[in-house]
Amino acid sequence: MTVASDPPEHAPKRPSRLFKNLMAKIASIPMILTALVVFVGGTAWTVVYSFTGSRMLPKTKWVGFDQYERLWGSDRWIISIKNLGIYGSCAMILTLVIGFSLAACLDRKIRFESAFRTIFLYPFALSFVVTGLAWQWILNPEFGLQSVVRGWGWESFVFNPINDPDTVIFGLLIAGLWQGTGLIMCIMLAGLRGIDEDIWKAARVDGIGTVKTYVVVIIPMMRPVFITSLVLIASGIIKLYDLVVAQTGGGPGLSSEVPAKYVIEFMFRAQNLGQGFAASTMMLCSVVIILIPWAYLEFGGRKNG
Amino acid sequence: MADTTTNTLSGPRGPKPKKTFSRANIFLYGTLIMVSLYYLLPLYVMVVTSLKGMPEIRMGNVFGPPMEVTFQPWVKAWAEACTGINCDGLSRGFGNSVRILIPSILLSIGVASINGYALSHWKFKGSETFFTILIIGAFIPYQTMLYPIVILLREMGLMGSIGGLVLVHTIFGMPILTLLFRNYFASIPEELFKAARVDGAGFWQIYFQIMLPMALPIFVVAIILQVTGIWNDFLFGVIYTKPATYPMTVQLNNIVNSVQGVKEYNVNMAATLLTGMVPLIIYFASGKLFVRGIAAGAVKG
Repeated sequence: MTVASDPPEHAPKRPSRLFKNLMAKIASIPMILTALVVFVGGTAWTVVYSFTGSRMLPKTKWVGFDQYERLWGSDRWIISIKNLGIYGSCAMILTLVIGFSLAACLDRKIRFESAFRTIFLYPFALSFVVTGLAWQWILNPEFGLQSVVRGWGWESFVFNPINDPDTVIFGLLIAGLWQGTGLIMCIMLAGLRGIDEDIWKAARVDGIGTVKTYVVVIIPMMRPVFITSLVLIASGIIKLYDLVVAQTGGGPGLSSEVPAKYVIEFMFRAQNLGQGFAASTMMLCSVVIILIPWAYLEFGGRKNG
Repeated sequence: MADTTTNTLSGPRGPKPKKTFSRANIFLYGTLIMVSLYYLLPLYVMVVTSLKGMPEIRMGNVFGPPMEVTFQPWVKAWAEACTGINCDGLSRGFGNSVRILIPSILLSIGVASINGYALSHWKFKGSETFFTILIIGAFIPYQTMLYPIVILLREMGLMGSIGGLVLVHTIFGMPILTLLFRNYFASIPEELFKAARVDGAGFWQIYFQIMLPMALPIFVVAIILQVTGIWNDFLFGVIYTKPATYPMTVQLNNIVNSVQGVKEYNVNMAATLLTGMVPLIIYFASGKLFVRGIAAGAVKG
């Protein structure tokens, strides 16, 4: 009475390969269209049209690398790249350090662990627009943090990262870290929980201190978790857009512009599509540069399934 | 008998009880509490600001609790705040967001669960290739695909409409949701599937009668993921809709960052809280499931 037969689709004598699993193929049409038309087609289309002089409407007037020359000659783009560099490197390091430290604290078998975790993670549920507006208000020089500290008697206290072109990027960083560290903490915590209890026992037997055990033993063991976190943080940094629009609007002046905002301004406001396409192609290139080493590390050797 | 006596005599069992107030513990809890204050501060400031009147805000301290609690800013943010010439408050954006959210969730989760089911139990030639493209697509910056989608939507006559935005959310939600469902369905025993096939069940019958009822927990995770993701979206809303159909986040940004008129910080904060309310409720109500959803999102690719 046991069921021992193979499902019919494995039978070799079917009339045509095309009609095998026909219903599964029909049901997968939305997926196939998304993959081919939007992801492959759309990306290729943008790259191809970045070599045209399209302005209000896309047109095939080939201009070679003109758009790219203009892009790299534009102050606004250079500022955007610099800002992304500063924001990105700070956010990368601080998110990893804070995320790991918080996870390590929560992993010390403390009480109220889930309460702390809930508090650290809730900003992640919010929109970047909400985050940006909340911090815009807290950092408001007239009424916010600066005026409160001055009210305590420290009259010369200056903390005005919303209106100061030199520090505005750190104002964004405070908000970005507030929103993003909870996620990394959660991933790190899951990684720490996956580490064998015996490692800790062995370290204690050998008389290695807690902090040293983390640095010398645990962190090297968590390499895959760190790499996943790095990829997540990096792809989040490149997408940085909503936060800037809400918190600073790219200002004061151009001092907090970022590449994603540059693309959208040129495509949808300045009616200069070719410039927008070239800038977005550069964004794509930066992702490819990050992604290829990671894919190599992650799937190196075995085939990606 | 002898064994038990030696055991009980061999001293206390279990781990040595720790002192609650050791120096390390004070440091640990101190750090965690300080960090918690940093995380809670913005929420607290938003709440107290939204309950103050404007004169009190101008005079006082952002961290101070309101001396006179007023709900006027909340009413104004919901029903009267202006964006451009419209002065009907955030309620319109809320309505739009709901009208975007519900069909987007149904469509994106429906499509992705069928994808995941086909990819795990009905593999066909090339299915893995399409899946790989989908996962790689999750990493491509949205900016690269924004304009081609504008053209597609224009051709379909959906540009600026809620239907167009629903389609966009379905497309961009597909990679992560498909991965989620594929991994879940792949963990369902093959024998169950084979038994159903022997009994003559087809593609849809197995999906609706066997897979769907078994996958309810993962549907809940997917819904949490999508509600927060779609509600919080700003980029697609600002590009693919027009002022009459702007979702709540876009309208909020327009209200707060509008240059005309006197800035009413209490109304702004009430509006910000109103927009953040839906994902916060989902977050606090779902607890562990939310974490499971983002953990699934974290391993994408």
